[in-house]
Amino acid sequence: MNKIKINIDNTIVEVEPGTTILQAARQIDIEIPTLCYMNLGDMGIEHKPGGCRICVVEVKGRRNLAPACATECTEGMEIETHNIRVLNARKTVMELILSDHPSECLLCAKAGNCDLQTIAIKMGIREIPYKGEQSTYKEDTSPAILRDMDKCIMCRRCETMCNEVQTVGVLSAINRGFMSVTAPAFERNLDHSECTYCGQCVAVCPTGALTEVDHTNQVIRNLADPNKIVIVQTAPAVRAALGEEFGLKPGTLVTGKLVAALRRLGFDYVFDTDFAADLTIMEEGTEFLDRLNKYLNGDKDVKLPMLTSCCPGWVNFFEYHFTDMLDIPSTARSPQQMFGAIAKNYFAEKINVKRENLVVVSIMPCVAKKFECTREEFSVNGNPDVDFALSTRELANLIKRANINFNKLNDEDFDRPLGESTGAGVIFGSTGGVIEAAVRTAYEIQTGKKLEKVDFEQLRGLEGIRSAKVDFNGLEVNIGIANGLGNARKLLEEVRQGKSQYHAIEIMACPGGCIGGGGQPLHHGDSSILKARQRAIYEEDANKPIRKSHENPYIIKLYEEYLGKPLGEKSHQLLHTSYFDKSKRMIEIEE
Amino acid sequence: MTSIKIKLKEKDVAQLKQVCKEFNNEAGELINVLHKAQGIFGYLPAEVQEIVAQELNLSVAKVYGVVTFYSFFTMLPKGLHPISICTGTACYVRGAEKVLDEFKKQLNIKVGETTPDGKFSLSCLRCVGACGLAPVVLIGEKTYGRVSPDGVKDILKEYE
Repeated sequence: MNKIKINIDNTIVEVEPGTTILQAARQIDIEIPTLCYMNLGDMGIEHKPGGCRICVVEVKGRRNLAPACATECTEGMEIETHNIRVLNARKTVMELILSDHPSECLLCAKAGNCDLQTIAIKMGIREIPYKGEQSTYKEDTSPAILRDMDKCIMCRRCETMCNEVQTVGVLSAINRGFMSVTAPAFERNLDHSECTYCGQCVAVCPTGALTEVDHTNQVIRNLADPNKIVIVQTAPAVRAALGEEFGLKPGTLVTGKLVAALRRLGFDYVFDTDFAADLTIMEEGTEFLDRLNKYLNGDKDVKLPMLTSCCPGWVNFFEYHFTDMLDIPSTARSPQQMFGAIAKNYFAEKINVKRENLVVVSIMPCVAKKFECTREEFSVNGNPDVDFALSTRELANLIKRANINFNKLNDEDFDRPLGESTGAGVIFGSTGGVIEAAVRTAYEIQTGKKLEKVDFEQLRGLEGIRSAKVDFNGLEVNIGIANGLGNARKLLEEVRQGKSQYHAIEIMACPGGCIGGGGQPLHHGDSSILKARQRAIYEEDANKPIRKSHENPYIIKLYEEYLGKPLGEKSHQLLHTSYFDKSKRMIEIEE
Repeated sequence: MTSIKIKLKEKDVAQLKQVCKEFNNEAGELINVLHKAQGIFGYLPAEVQEIVAQELNLSVAKVYGVVTFYSFFTMLPKGLHPISICTGTACYVRGAEKVLDEFKKQLNIKVGETTPDGKFSLSCLRCVGACGLAPVVLIGEKTYGRVSPDGVKDILKEYE
């Protein structure tokens, strides 16, 4: 097809048919401000409702200004992106948006990180001439996500994430005009809906309407309590992204500084979730081989494929929508939870501290982890294995509050015994990492041979659904990988229909895996940031002296001293779980 | 959010599912399906919306969004005697608002609501084209002209 010639700000540009004015402008580095627009190019979704009208431009011959994000170029189009008419219109649009927005920037969790604020500042708004009633809505708090719809500007990004990308379908725009708002069906609160707390809505919200529930103050109180021993664990994905909150380039590994900062904050023991990830591989790898071998020996009842179970958003999704398959995922708990159980039993005994005086805090790239640590089955007599989960963003905030100059910190190392991890533990942070870690251990146990090369490139990548084969010394093992719940749903439907060709499937609820989690520094749909974080994860893995979970000396010691063997009685009690049918939950709540 | 669970008649549910089938269970036909559903049930309670969502493979949230967007769709059953007050230009200028306020006071419900005994529901209309009779009130099929706030009580007495 022939290219189209257009004129933007007196520059002639040739573009493919179907290109929007915004895309054309970006090709020649002309910046047009946008607000509701969101490009999730790698997921094949471009969110361009044309609702906010911030991106309006003047098109010669058209009476009204056109939204650049949603207007396609036509041959000979003449566009002006910043003449006085356009600038005045954009200012009026912003004033109208702000006229129905609370003026609480100073108290808002998104201050400094808010798309609306950033654009308003750029426009130099000093007064809002439109005065009147402001629409208001009940505040909705859940274990993980806080909805303050007074701040919603109806950009509909959360709707697109929840419906198109994650296929959870909890949020939709309801009512009309002044009363319009984005809410769950029947205006129920999130904790009475099928929300999985994946947090992707929080990750894309341009204002403070959707944020994670803040547990920073509770953590501070415990740190200040002389009667409490406070332990912290940090997930692999955090160390690949935390630096971004301090101005470092995406993909800068800050593990050493992260540990140093946590120590400065006053945590009594700074441990590593990656240690528990190695533990997860021991349990889950053994479970997988157990099932695989039964299957190969002709057992018709054994359930394959086995699904990974470390992602709480995914577990919630599963418990709502695939209740006929609750015996298919691994029974292994997530690394966060395994850590909590080991910390409050094995480690508590070692340092002779009672469970009630031990506080376990986790730093997670995730918002669903806040929900996960409140699950009843993960507590003993009302005392949870993990007390609080903080997001990467909350940690950054905490470090800033404590006046710690993060960039000037010298690298420090995790404490022992729960701080030593292998490269396999680190790669949990990326999509494909959990299953690669499992393969490194499963291969050696199954074949009895040593792996010469531990890198399984066929499992790596960012595509939403991936297939790979791994050669277990002649036995071909089929692996499926999905990231993003919409993609997970596709693979699960195949399993349900008996069409799945896989022996094992790794599922992560967030696009990109944990590195793209709902609690990470916002990436605004820029997949180059995800790629950079992913590179950092595999880089840390490559630099580790030990790269297979079963070779971690502290893991070996843990089994020798305490657990016995994988899938043994103690493991079952502390490190495994079962799943619940939540499909009837709404009906039960209302009865 | 009401905690009353409604038991739908089986034959009505079967009819609803048949309607969905006639539209090929296509998500794009949501509005048509809801229109017919309201015809079957008289209104669109949560239970009906959940069935429609399932049949058309849509999220309940989306169905709820469409139901709340259009004023024609209602989640409350209309009263035995639906009252519609014209608030078009002529009626408005001749005091329709005061008439509306009186109805609200007498029935103790807001616009869009139904009285607890199910007898009356209240809604507003735009011009019905009987401007010579302003202010106009419709109750069921009957039209009342030149309604004054003082006359509201007597009108309601007719339906005792």
